[in-house]
Amino acid sequence: MNAVEFREVARAFGTVRAVDRVSLTIEPGEFFAMLGPSGSGKTTCLRLIAGFDLPDSGEVLLEGRDVSSVPPYERNVNTVFQDYALFPHMTVLENVAYGPRMRRVSLAERSARAHEMLDLVKLRGFEGRRPAQLSGGQKQRVALARALINQPKVLLLDEPLGALDLKLREEMQIELRNLQRRLAITFVYVTHDQGEALSMSDRVAVFNSGRIEQMANARELYKRPRTPFVARFVGGANVAEGEIARKLGGSSQPFAIRTESVAVLAPNDAVSSGFVAADGTVLDVQFHGATCRWQVRLDAGDVFSATCNAGESARVPGHAGERVRLAWSREHMVMLESA
Amino acid sequence: MNAAAATVPSAGGGPFRAISTFLYRRPTFYLLLLLVPPLLWLGTVYLGTLFALLTQSIYSIDEFTAQIVRTPTFATYKQLITQPANLDIVTRTLTMAICVTLAAAFVAFPIANYMVRYASSRTKAIFYVAVLVPMWTSYLVKVYAWRLILAKEGILSWLFQAIGAQGVLDAILRLPAVGGPSLASSYLGMFIVFVYMWLPYMILPIAAALERVPASLIQASADLGARPGQTFRSVILPLVMPGLAAGSVFTFSLTLGDYIIPSIVGAPGYFIGMMVYQQQGTAGNIPLAAAFSLVPILLIAIYLSLVRRLGAFDAM
Repeated sequence: MNAVEFREVARAFGTVRAVDRVSLTIEPGEFFAMLGPSGSGKTTCLRLIAGFDLPDSGEVLLEGRDVSSVPPYERNVNTVFQDYALFPHMTVLENVAYGPRMRRVSLAERSARAHEMLDLVKLRGFEGRRPAQLSGGQKQRVALARALINQPKVLLLDEPLGALDLKLREEMQIELRNLQRRLAITFVYVTHDQGEALSMSDRVAVFNSGRIEQMANARELYKRPRTPFVARFVGGANVAEGEIARKLGGSSQPFAIRTESVAVLAPNDAVSSGFVAADGTVLDVQFHGATCRWQVRLDAGDVFSATCNAGESARVPGHAGERVRLAWSREHMVMLESA
Repeated sequence: MNAAAATVPSAGGGPFRAISTFLYRRPTFYLLLLLVPPLLWLGTVYLGTLFALLTQSIYSIDEFTAQIVRTPTFATYKQLITQPANLDIVTRTLTMAICVTLAAAFVAFPIANYMVRYASSRTKAIFYVAVLVPMWTSYLVKVYAWRLILAKEGILSWLFQAIGAQGVLDAILRLPAVGGPSLASSYLGMFIVFVYMWLPYMILPIAAALERVPASLIQASADLGARPGQTFRSVILPLVMPGLAAGSVFTFSLTLGDYIIPSIVGAPGYFIGMMVYQQQGTAGNIPLAAAFSLVPILLIAIYLSLVRRLGAFDAM
């Protein structure tokens, strides 16, 4: 039985179709990411699972049961909010024990369970603090403990690491992943950070304008993006469409070429057969330590990027305005569905 | 001269710059300069006069000559506490203030909640105007309007008659204590006018407190299994308490001190405000008037400490 299932779910706000007839299934125990830019409908989908919002049409099922008109307090899912939403007038312990208290669990039992949860998220000793006395990372852990104490079948996480600094975010990514494996709970994870989605999840749904563009595991998404949007948003790849695709690839079918597959050559360098060459002018070269990223305006029209190892780029001096030739193997081109 | 040089003010540059530099270098002096005039005003005009008034209460009045005897004594307070008529006035005013505060809170909360949580920004603006506009109109006009509305031949009794509920109105007016010959001359009528008058003072602080409760807290509560009633008791009410307390201080103290509404609408029983007015005016008994004015101050101090002990300000 699927942990979560959407059947043709639609939700509009005024004239904006936030969720446009989306169907999806999430399996029990899966780490499922909803990835997309802001306003793509991923958070609305999460709210529909939690019950904060109701679909205009279609069905939302939890464990095979239609919950389309069931209020949040009767659903066996819990949410970690983007702003943590900790109750400011309660201590950490009271916050964590809130779920059991609302379900009239005895004081002794709910305190014991809350302590257990605080151990799980490594916050022993913080029981008596107020949320205002905690750091961002600590608030995040309290929110996690509070959501897990009800032993939900599905845990919903709405950009949970968005407010943390980079180092803490990386630590929490590993910790969340381990926690999910240990508890074997279904995680539905909303994020706009493609790196986060790819590194943590079993499967990723890429959202764009209220629809799912592609739903696949991380490797598949990266290697075989199906649409120009996915190729750009997930892989950061160069995408050629329409006239430019015809000039470069020989047909109007759009294609993607990842930046690390593009070589930077001198303007008149010969290119072996099976390779595509495109001349252009350097806009900028960014130094990233191990790699350099070249931005080149092609004579064909688009701006393409190439990522080179820092050592290799000595072949051509990287100055803005310099003429260069970009080249890539036809084998590395990923053909895309036209939008 | 280039543009960069033009934006840097030159040193020196006239007396204003000299004053400005002088003040900038002496922040404490600058602060005092700005703060002393309003503090003097607050100290002398507000607190000074209040103190002068209250000192009057430790004097007494000579029964024969009606002259104020300027020797400190508790005789006036003794008179206030021991005379049953005076105690009646205090009890009556206090009961009215409590009832008005409770009723205003019950009426104001749903309105404020609707304004903050559910209304579109346009409807919300209309609500704010609707709450504020009555505060701009003359107090006396409103009280006299209510007297007409509540009168025996007024629109309200006409309405009761029109819908065939005359019996209901009569039954209400026959109730002991709150009833009377007509709504305009009953405590119930006075209560209605008080609640109407002070309602904006309750709505606005509650709305301000509700604005500060993020929607995600209410969602989090529901998410964790709380039914709407539980969310209200465990999350919304504690967080709105400071606003509720602020609003109730307004309604409570305004009712305790008012003398116009009880003298225009309602039953003939005296209220503290009327007593102060009468004692310092026609009766010329300034000490007793001063003693009576201390009563609301004490009651509000007791009320605030109670509210504080109940934890109303914990979430502030």
